[in-house]
Parts: sequence; C-alpha cells; structure tokens
Amino acid sequence: MAINSYKEDENLKEVGKLKTLGRLFSYLLAHKVSIFVVLLIMAYCVCVSLINPLIIESAIDNHISTGDYNGLYRLAAIALVLNAILIILVKARMYIMAKVCNKVLVTIRQQLYTHIQTLDFKFFDSRPTGKILARIIGDINSLKDVLSNSVTTLIPDFITICAVVGIMFFKNAKLAAAALVSIPLMMIGVWFIQVRSHKRWQIFRKKSSNLNAFVHEDLSGIRIIQSFTAETETKETFRSLVDEHQHSFMDAVRYADAFGSVVDFCWGLGNVSLWFTGIMVLGVDNVSVGTLVAFGTYISMFWQPIMNLSNFYNQLITNISGAERIFEILDTGAEIVDADGVTQMPEIIGAVDFEHVGFSYDENTNVLNDVSFHIKPGETIALVGPTGAGKTTIVNLISRFYDIQKGIIRIDGHDIKGVSIESLRQQMGIMTQDNFLFTGTIRENIAYGKLDATDEEIIAAAKAVHAHDFIAKLPDGYNTKLEERGGGLSVGQKQLLAFARTMVSMPKILILDEATSSIDTKTELLVQDGIEALLKGRTSFVIAHRLSTIQKADRIFVIDNGGIVEEGNARELMAKRGAYYRLYTAQLQDVV
Amino acid sequence: MRKKLSTYIWEYKWHYLFAITSLIISVSLDMLAPMLTMHIIDDVILGGNLAILPYLLGGILIVGVGRCIFQYTKEYTFDKVGSSIASDMRKNLFDHIQGLSSSFFDKTNTGELMARVKDDIDRVWDTLSYVSMLIIEVIFHTCIVLFCMYRLHAPLAVIPTIAMFISAFIAVSMEHRLGSIYEDISEENAALNTVAEENLAGVRTVKAFAREKFEINKFLSHNQRYYELNMRQSKVFVRYYPYLQIITKLLPMTILLLGGRLVIQGTITLGVLGAFLEYSNNIVWPMEMLGWLSNGFSAGIASNKKLVKIYAQKPAITEAKHPAILDKVQGKIEFSHVSFHKEDMHEILHDITFEADAGSTIGIMGATGAGKTSVIQLLQRLYDATDGCIRLDGVDIRELSLKQLRSSISIVMQDVFLFSDTINENVKLGKRDYINEAIVRKASRDAQASSFIEKMPDEYETVIGERGVGLSGGQKQRISIARALAKHTPILIMDDSTSALDMETEHEIQKTLNALPDTTKLIIAHRISAVRHADEIIVLENGSIAERGTHDTLLAKKGLYYTTYVSQYGEPSDISITTASEEGGAYHGN
Repeated sequence: MAINSYKEDENLKEVGKLKTLGRLFSYLLAHKVSIFVVLLIMAYCVCVSLINPLIIESAIDNHISTGDYNGLYRLAAIALVLNAILIILVKARMYIMAKVCNKVLVTIRQQLYTHIQTLDFKFFDSRPTGKILARIIGDINSLKDVLSNSVTTLIPDFITICAVVGIMFFKNAKLAAAALVSIPLMMIGVWFIQVRSHKRWQIFRKKSSNLNAFVHEDLSGIRIIQSFTAETETKETFRSLVDEHQHSFMDAVRYADAFGSVVDFCWGLGNVSLWFTGIMVLGVDNVSVGTLVAFGTYISMFWQPIMNLSNFYNQLITNISGAERIFEILDTGAEIVDADGVTQMPEIIGAVDFEHVGFSYDENTNVLNDVSFHIKPGETIALVGPTGAGKTTIVNLISRFYDIQKGIIRIDGHDIKGVSIESLRQQMGIMTQDNFLFTGTIRENIAYGKLDATDEEIIAAAKAVHAHDFIAKLPDGYNTKLEERGGGLSVGQKQLLAFARTMVSMPKILILDEATSSIDTKTELLVQDGIEALLKGRTSFVIAHRLSTIQKADRIFVIDNGGIVEEGNARELMAKRGAYYRLYTAQLQDVV
Repeated sequence: MRKKLSTYIWEYKWHYLFAITSLIISVSLDMLAPMLTMHIIDDVILGGNLAILPYLLGGILIVGVGRCIFQYTKEYTFDKVGSSIASDMRKNLFDHIQGLSSSFFDKTNTGELMARVKDDIDRVWDTLSYVSMLIIEVIFHTCIVLFCMYRLHAPLAVIPTIAMFISAFIAVSMEHRLGSIYEDISEENAALNTVAEENLAGVRTVKAFAREKFEINKFLSHNQRYYELNMRQSKVFVRYYPYLQIITKLLPMTILLLGGRLVIQGTITLGVLGAFLEYSNNIVWPMEMLGWLSNGFSAGIASNKKLVKIYAQKPAITEAKHPAILDKVQGKIEFSHVSFHKEDMHEILHDITFEADAGSTIGIMGATGAGKTSVIQLLQRLYDATDGCIRLDGVDIRELSLKQLRSSISIVMQDVFLFSDTINENVKLGKRDYINEAIVRKASRDAQASSFIEKMPDEYETVIGERGVGLSGGQKQRISIARALAKHTPILIMDDSTSALDMETEHEIQKTLNALPDTTKLIIAHRISAVRHADEIIVLENGSIAERGTHDTLLAKKGLYYTTYVSQYGEPSDISITTASEEGGAYHGN
C-alpha cells in the first residue's frame, strides 16, 4: 500500500471537466423552485435595465426638449416604481440564492463527511489526516462563489448574449459579422488558457493540501519537535512548502490573469472591424449613423456579458479542481461493507473460530498463513510473540477491520461477513494500542462506549478499571474537561479511561491489545480483578508482553511467521521448552 | 514576532506602486475609448474626414492592446503581492506558533490552529490582493468621473458627489456589522476543523465502537451552525446591499430630473445633460461594487483579528537574556527540592531531590499518574518547575540556552510520534544535516529495528504513515528508540519506551543501553527488567519519592518495589539470586 506523505502530491484520477461540472450543478436541481424564482426575478431585472434607457430617451426627446414638466415628472414616477420593485426583488433574489448556495455546501460537506465515515482503515492509513481535512473544509468552501454565480451570471448573461447577437444580425448581418469577427479568436485564446490554468490549479490545490498535512503533523508532534530541537528543520520544510504553494499559485495566475486580456484585445479588434466595415466597405451612405452608433452600443452590450462570462469561466476553472477532489473521495468505495442481505448478529455467546485464514495487507506479503483455531465461550486467550508477528492483525480480523483473503472467521458459528458490521462491533470491546480520547468531559468520554450510560454505570466501569480514584481527585471529577487526545492526563491514565470506556459497553468479547502496557503492575492487577468481576465468563483476547499479564490466560498462542507456533497454558508451554520458554527466560534473564 | 499588516504592505511598496500605475493606465485607457468613438462619429461620419479614420481605428486597437497589457500586469502584480505577503505571514505565524510552550498546546486544538494558518491567512490574502485592487480601482475611477462632471457643470455634479458619500457611508456601516459575524464564522470554521480533525485522528476508536452515526451527528450540528452563520452574513448583506442599488438607480433619474429642469430653463444644453447621464452610468458600477468590497474587506479584518490573538500568546518558557553555553555537556543532572503544578491544578511533583552523575543510570518507577513523565518534562524545560532547582552540569537549566539544553537530551516518548516521512528522515529528526546513512543504520541496529526495516521494500526510504500508521506498536517504539540513539547525546531518556516490545527484543536493547558508558540515562518503566541495572531506582508515589535505592536494597526493603517485583516474577526466595540464571536455565517461579 503506497503511503502518501506531506511531501508528495496526491494522485488524482482524471475526470472530464464537464462531468464534474454536471455533477456539481446537479446539487442545484434539488432547489429547482428557488432557482426558477431567481431566474424570473432576473428576467424582470433585465427588462427594467432595458426599459431604463428608453425612459431616459423619451424624457429627453418628448419632455425636456419640449419643456413638458408634468410629463417629465410622470416618467420619473414610473421609473421610480419600476426600480423600487426591482430593488425588493433583487433583495429576494440575493437571499434565495445565498440560501440555496449555503444549503448545497452544507449538503456536500455532510455527504462527504458521512461517506468518509464509511471508508475503511486502508483509506486512512494511506494518507495524512491534514489532506482529508483539506477536502472537507477548504475544497468545499472554494465552491461557494462558483455555485452562486452559475445561476446569477451564467444563465442571464448567456441569454443576453444570444439576444444581442440576434438583434444585430436582424438589423444588419454584414455589420454583425464584422463586429463578431474576433469571437473565434477569443474562443481559441480562452481555450488555450483554460487548458493550461486548469492543470495548474489542480497542482495548486495539491500543494495547498500538502501544506495542510504538514501543519497538521507538525502541530500534532510539536512536543517531539521541541524535544529534539527540530524547529529549524521543520521551519525550513514549512518554508519550502509555503514557497511551493505560492509558486504554484503564481504559475496558475500567470495564465488565469490573461483571461481578461484576451477578452480586452478581442473587444478592441471587434470595434475596429465594425467601424472599418461600416465606413469603408459598406460606405457611409449605405449605413446610417444611427445604425452604426446603435451597433456600437450593442457591441458594448455584447462584450459586458462576455467579460462576465469569461470571469465566471475563469472562476470555474480555478475552483473546479476543488470539486474534483471532493468527488474523488465520494467515488472511493468502502471495501468493508455489509453484504446484501446481512442479518443482525444475535447476542454473542463467545465461540470464535478461525478456519484456514490467510491475510495480507497489500497482496504481496502474507501476514497470516492458514491460521485455524477454535475458542470456547468464556476462554481467555493470550497472544504473544515478537513485534510485527501478526498479533494485532488477528484481533483486527475478529472485529472485521480488514477482510481476509482466504478462509472463514466465525463467531458462534456465524460467518462475520454475513452479519452487519455495526451489530458485530457493538458487541465487542476493543482496546487498541492508541487510545484516542475526544475533547469533552471524562463522563462523555466513558459514555462513548454506551451513549445512554447512566452515572452509576459510568462510575461502576471506572471503578472496575481502577480509574475512579484519580478521576475523583480531579477538581471537577467526572466533569473534568479533557483537552485534545486527553491532553493533561498521563498516558497510563488515558489508558485507564479508554479501558473504562470499553467496560461500560459491557462487551461480549473483550480484546485487549497491549491495553495495560502503560499501567503499573500494581494497578494492572487491580484492573484485572475489576474486569474479572464485571465481565465474568466472557471470551477475551489479550496481547501483552508483561508475563504477569499473560500467565493467567487459559491458553497462550505464540504467534510467529504468520501462524501459531505454539499453544497451551503457561505451565504446558514452559515444560515444552520451546518458543514461549525462550521469551519467558529472556525476561527473567536480566532481572534475576 | 508579529509584524503589522502595514509593515508587510510597506515591504512591497514598489510592487504596489507598479500595480497601481498599471491600474491607473488601464482605467485611463478605458476612459479614452468613448472619446475615440465620438471622433469617429463626429469627424469621420458626419464630417466626412476619411483620412483620419485609420488613425482613430489604430487608436481603438491600441487602447485594446494597452488595456490587454496593463490589465494583465495589474492583476498579476496584485496576485504576486498578495500571495507574497500571505506566504510571509504564514511563515511568520508558523514560527510564532512553533515557539510557543507546551502549556499553550495543552489547551489549544490542532484543528483550530490549522484553520488560522490556512484559512484565516487566505482571507487576509484575498483582502490584500483583489479586494484592495478593486478598492483602489473604484476610488480612482470615481475621482476621474467626478472630476469630469465638475468640469462640465459644478452644481449638477454635487448630486453624484452626495450619492457617493452616502454609498460610502452604507458600505462602512455594513463593514462594521459584518465584522463581528465574520469573526464568528472564522471561529466556527475553526470548530468545524477541530471536530473533523479529531474524528479523522480517532477514526480507529470511532470504528471500534461503531460510532459512525454519532460522529456524523456531531459534525452535522457544527455544519448546521456554520450554515446559520453564513446565512446571517447573507442577511446583513442583503439588508444593506439594496440601499446601494437604490442609490445607483436613483442617481441617473435625479440627474435627469434636475438636469432636465436646467435644460428647460436653458441653463445647460441637451448635450451637457447627455454627457452627464453617460458619466453617471459610469459611476454606477463602482458604487455597486462598494458592497462586495466592504464584504471582502470585513472578512479579511476579522481573520486578521484572529491572527492577532494568536500573536498575543507569549511562550511561557523563555531563555535567560544572556544564556550560559556549556563547552561540553557532561550529563550530570541534579534535581533539588523540585515541586511542580500546572496553573491552578493540584501538585504533580513535590520536593523531588536526586542526582545523576554523568554516565549513570536512574530508574524511575511508580503508579500511573505518579508524576514520572513530569520529571522528564521539567528536565527538558517543556514546563518550568514551580519550586526548587534543576541543574545540568551544575548550572541551573533556566540559565542555559534552551537549544543546548534540549539538544543534549534525546528522548523516547511514551506516546510514540512518527512523521509521515521516510524512516530515514524520522531517525534523523533534529539533526538532519549531521546524521548520515551509516549512523541511521547503526542506530536502527542498536534499537533492534534494522531487521524489520530491511525487510521492507524500500528499506530506510520507506514512507511510513502519519503517527507511524501501518507499523505495529513495537515497530514504532523501536524506530523512536533508533531516533534517540542516533543523536548520541549526553543524556538519554526512555519514558516507558519498551512497553510494546517482546522480552527478547527488550533484552537486546537493554544490552545496547548498558554499553553506553558516557550517557546519563533516565529510564521510566513498569517492568523491573528495564530498571534492574540502574545505579539508583526512584519509586514515585503521588508526586513524592516514596522509595529509593538499588535493585538489591529495594528488594531487601520489602516496600513498593518489592511488591511490584513479586507480582511480576513471584517471590524472590523462589529464585536464587545468583549468576546461575544468566545461563538462561533457571526458572523457578510459579
């Protein structure tokens, strides 16, 4: 599995721009009515802005030149009413549009977030958190203006252009052709720029994401950085990432800024061509001054929306890479999902079977090879063996964090692929190596194991794992607010809290993956007694290195080279004088 | 050190000057175009002077080309300035944050700081580039138009002037209203970041408890609030913006009305009124633009305020004015009567006194939360002791240069943190320029890491996941041990750093440590085997030293240490404390 780091740009699947756009705008379809209203209002706006010059013209020609005060006032009153309505409607239009856009953004963000929750470990293992975050926040925010302008600019401006072109050809086809002669040129120019700038905006987004990933890691590991006085190094790295970020931006705007220039140039060309054709080719006599002047006006009416459209297009190209990145995640399918027709896992009794299980993380190196075992309900199994031998892998497979390639895993006879993941995991208590605590009170953190846990249940769980004493000593007791990742507590205390969280869920199968490694031996014994009392007769798996933790197990599996090399209880294994015996004596060697 | 926004701007004054010059030229060219058209109509068509037509057409083309060039230089330079200042600010802010002390990071969320470094600086960037470009353009454009109007007919020009002032007033008061909303938005953006960051970082826990739905709802509530704040912003905008529109629509009407009267009275000609109307159309877009600009501007100001708040944080740990620099750090550590508590929290350490000679080994044991890690954090000056004194080679560590102090200590932390980088770079951390391949390999061998590293496809160039994702707990610990060993510092701290290692591996690492005679070692552990050979073992209980001595004297004492021993290995009487066990055959326990 290739792991992406902050230094590397992400690979992005190439998707057609139109497809991405279509998909983005399809979110607007959910607000069809609102958008229809907005378009009606815009139609009114266009009419009023067309009438306004007429009113002025009529005022000058009919009233001012004839000295007709009353007529002048009357016209002014009409104009006032028209514009007052216009303003109210504009207000409504802006409000509706803002609502639609914000809603679409919230929807996309929630959809993305929800989708990310369904993805499996492989997805999270292969990229820095900061890069996923960049998509949820930054990439989505970048779509805001595009969405609102797509309705307010794209459609009305497009209509205006069509109308103007129609009128021009109706009035004088030759002049119209002359005025529009520069359009193909503009299209070529814009296309040329667009192709280049789009690629560069994609790179810019990637650099932006790298920057985010680095800041995230640096802040998460700030203590290590300060301890190793690596600040100068990280500063240098950050600098180079910021510079790359800026360069990629400048690289993109070098092209993107030329959008306006191309339009400006073509506008000049179109004007020259119009006047030249009008005067030199058609001759002054054939074309009235009025027509020429009118054409001049139409030309500017034509170029204004073109300018708007090109700005919008530019904006679209700038931000579409954000949409591409969002849709890419949405298209990443979760590998571990409930199959069709899964059933709910009934209450677990505790028999666990591995039947010829073979597994590898990346298809190349086998982590587990043909592993089979049967565990009776209520048994405690200890997994020992060298680091990296596959102990954690075995327990991860029981909770179906990964899917196996060969064999079957059964709990109480049910293939775990045949039951819903939620019903399976909710009955398991898994203590992973890194015990993540959330910001919030201690109570909330323990209740994470059982959302509706009562205070009594919470305290009972805390007492069982011997966390109650230190919690009670804290100024706010169970209401003490924990900082990020349980900051402010010692690693051992965090482990105890995570333990309490697992206990409160009253799991049917308990999995302890080095769950007591940072707890002192004395507390550990108390914790073991507590678990014993609370979860008597439940199947449990324990991974540990401390002998005292292992010895009580009903059976010990020694894991090495992708399989179980020895199994039996402590006494049997000692008598065997094999792998377990060697591990055991290694620990004693130095002490005794 | 915080630099004011104006300082940054001043640093780029020549860029700004160039950009503004381009802007002025391009606006002026814009004004030239209608005049050329006027000449074509008046002189060529009506006057029949065909000879000057090529010049006029050339003129139009030149205006087009000129605008094309200066528009570009204008936009490009503003982009350049904006992005340069933003980059400078980002670097500066990052340096500042990195310089803050542990106590700051204890209470500030990563997601929030990320939002500051990324999103808030982006807002300021926008303000400095296109928002300020448009503001300047609007001002300049308006001034020219007003100037022309005053030249035409001063009394009539008073109307657009008043309209302009009212628009400006509306824009300013809208900016005022939006400011506080944007501050809330920026705050909620940080909150959104924090929730999402935590969820992603804790994804294993989320999945283990099958709490995806709970997390989705948690996010939904913040997402919803973000939406509401954005709607509040829109509402304010929608409330003010139409006023600007009223003014822009009323302006030509008023001019028509009043100007019309003047024409009828014969004070001005119809032509003057026409020109006036033309100009007032020209002044409409800058006025409408004002609304958008004040919107963008207030977003930038709000974000800048957030940045100022971060800058207001001062590092709690500072160096002495003239820090002492030791020629060569020997590694003698003294704690004398050290006590420590965080802010208003209860006492974590109480009256700790011990001495570690250069090259000696101190073992620290104690129950969870007894204060073991705090001892080490104080030695590194991640926090300062509230009482007492810590000395390195006889010098109070508060007098020492922070860099020298910390770089003489290598630590293997309990909470292993690895970066998403190659193994090589992870081992080199902190001394990238001094550590070569050979040292990395040697350190990895010593840490018993080389065997698994060399099995990986890219060996030392293998990129590992964030926080070491993809490696087993023991593998992570061994890399972080290699990272510490590679530094060859006078002091080595092992904070419960072999807990995830199997016994054989631990034993091997133990041997390596024993073979470092010049290194002072502080070893925190729960397993007896890890501290067995220490020159002194300190047992902490509730922040105080409860027991101290060597392995043998502590066993003889039959206190806390003894109890721990018994629970790990059984009664010592069962085990003959002889060299016989070294042969590996003496198991008598249980």
